[in-house]
Amino acid sequence: MSNNPPKKNWSWRSQAFRGLVYQVLAVVLIVLCVGYLAHNTQTNMRERGIQSGFDFLNSPAGFDIGESLFAFDSGENYWHAYLIGFTNTLRVAITGLILTTLLGTLIGVGRFSRNALVRGLCVCYVELFRNIPVLLQLLMWYLMFTEVLPESASPLVLGPVYLSKGGLNFPIPVWATGQFFAAIGMGLALVVAFLYRRWAILSFERTGVPRSLFWAPLGIVLGFGVLGWLIGGAPSEFNMPKQGEFAIENGGALTPEFLSVLLGLTIYTAAFVAEVVRGGIQSVALGQTEAAAALGLGRGQTMRLVTLPQALRVIIPPVTNQYLNLTKNSSLAVAIGYPDVVSIANTAINQTGRAVECIAIIMLVYLSTSLLTSLLMNWYNTRSAIKER
Amino acid sequence: MKSLKTVVAAVLALGTLAASPAFAGKTLDTIKSRGQVICGVHTGLAGFSAADSSGKWTGIDVDVCRAVAAATLGDAEKVKYVPLSAQARFTALQSGEVDVLSRNTTFTLTRDASLGLSQTAVIYYDGQGFMVPVKNKIKNAKQLKGQTVCVQSGTTTEKNLTDFSKANGLNIKPVVFEKLEAVEGAYFSGRCVSYTTDASGLASVRNKSAKNPADHLILPELISKEPLGPLVRRGDDEWAAIVKWTIFGLLEAEEYGITAANVDDLKVNTKDPAIGRILGTTEDTGKLLGLDKEWMARAVKATGNYGEIFERNVGPKSALQLPRGLNNLWNKGGIQYAPPIR
Repeated sequence: MSNNPPKKNWSWRSQAFRGLVYQVLAVVLIVLCVGYLAHNTQTNMRERGIQSGFDFLNSPAGFDIGESLFAFDSGENYWHAYLIGFTNTLRVAITGLILTTLLGTLIGVGRFSRNALVRGLCVCYVELFRNIPVLLQLLMWYLMFTEVLPESASPLVLGPVYLSKGGLNFPIPVWATGQFFAAIGMGLALVVAFLYRRWAILSFERTGVPRSLFWAPLGIVLGFGVLGWLIGGAPSEFNMPKQGEFAIENGGALTPEFLSVLLGLTIYTAAFVAEVVRGGIQSVALGQTEAAAALGLGRGQTMRLVTLPQALRVIIPPVTNQYLNLTKNSSLAVAIGYPDVVSIANTAINQTGRAVECIAIIMLVYLSTSLLTSLLMNWYNTRSAIKER
Repeated sequence: MKSLKTVVAAVLALGTLAASPAFAGKTLDTIKSRGQVICGVHTGLAGFSAADSSGKWTGIDVDVCRAVAAATLGDAEKVKYVPLSAQARFTALQSGEVDVLSRNTTFTLTRDASLGLSQTAVIYYDGQGFMVPVKNKIKNAKQLKGQTVCVQSGTTTEKNLTDFSKANGLNIKPVVFEKLEAVEGAYFSGRCVSYTTDASGLASVRNKSAKNPADHLILPELISKEPLGPLVRRGDDEWAAIVKWTIFGLLEAEEYGITAANVDDLKVNTKDPAIGRILGTTEDTGKLLGLDKEWMARAVKATGNYGEIFERNVGPKSALQLPRGLNNLWNKGGIQYAPPIR
């Protein structure tokens, strides 16, 4: 607040006053509408004897969930079941985001390749996958898994990995002290690698001697990991998948439902991200590339050091949209039986009859996830924006 | 802040005035003025409710709708069928989109007590079973330990499966789909070792969707009680009574040997007072329900008695080949026992 506020003019002639009145009116109207709808729903539900409320969240769910990151027992409460569904959604969304970014960037950059075949393939990819509805793609991948692959009784054996209608089964290391030390080692190494990287940048700016900013930190992290593993007694025991009577048992497993959702969403969204990346790169003035060439940078270096960092500013906001789309599209997973939060809510609706409440929870989950994603991306956007000095 | 609170309070007060109940008036009156019974049915479950290529609906659940329409409107064809998914069914009935929900729905305490719905009468006593491919050589459900089982969401089935798995320490992994077609697709493609739903549903699916029905075995053990029947909205007891007594009437008709073929003859020639009451020749039972005296005669004429409905749609001679079993009349070894019409 400033010390001498501007004089207020309470008359229709004042634009500020009129603006204020309109705004208050708009807010009142919105609140009225929402209040009316909520009240009407409640009255009608009460009149028809439909029980409502969120108390059901504390009662036992009574149903099992096919796959989850954390153990779930049917005796646990509904809110716990929702939490499992939410982690399943996040599991697909987060892996999907990472893979989409990698694939989308590769395809987008590939459209500038000098190799006509690479360029053509990238164009085909984009045009094919962004023009087929994502639900169809999910169903297609799921059909590929369940119809084309062999039965789990006679899986495709690719070394230690089994591929069948039951999904992808692979060996996982048995958790032991060695892995624990390796994890600690890698955690420490991250700090060391970060410090090294900062030193390398400073030293480059001071002396002009370029140092590896990627391989050396990677080496540090891996080296520490191996060291920790050796100190922990170098355990090499694996939980191997093995052929059971009807299905493959033991080992780690990715279900066809998870794989189909992940593949479908990644491949679909990557087509859009590729276009965004292409647009971003094209927005960087040609003079920049020419200047880089004049300085003697190679094509790869130009892309990595000159073009992409500048393109990033244009790329981030639309890519955020694609991230949000991917997260929201993951709700289509219910069509192919992946137990995401929508699937859990569907079951809950039917067991309890609390349709309004369950739908409200789904909306809340997607709303908060999306808002959080945009918040993070906006922060990153501000960080990578041009710093005006 | 204070002003905001006032605004909210004012808005809430206004809302109270503006809110009006959207539902009033008797269902029967609405149906009569509309000239149609709107009936919520399954999207396609052979033997229960399925539309053929010309759009004609058949099945046990459909016949209930037809009988109700014949009793109330005098014409079994005056039914509008609304195919509903397992999830949409209760909401559709609650919101008044359908007059009666005849969609192989299990009666349970939760549904009766908390959904604002009334359960009428059981038209099919069912139980949940498992279907497995014959080649897997599974002979009983306990052999499914640690295996995947395909199941449709929004059913009592999901919970029964969990209970069964837990009680027997089987650690069964459910793969849950929203649509019946998706569950069938996943099971027949070999994604799941087994498919679970009501035994009648399994027979229907095996018959309709399996390449060779003989390749699939329905395990003999049933893991739950599934009394299936139509539901109506709560709050209109007269309408609930009409649906309930139409079903009782169909059962009584079988008990007293009234069939679609002999109903006209019996109306004139019967000397049995019980038959006279059912057909409205001696006593006007329909009047008490708000209908005319020929209500049951028309219903039986349109669909046949309960036994005929069963035989035609799901019985041993139909495509589904389900045994009469529990659904036989009480005096023939089953548990179908209708209160008397008098």
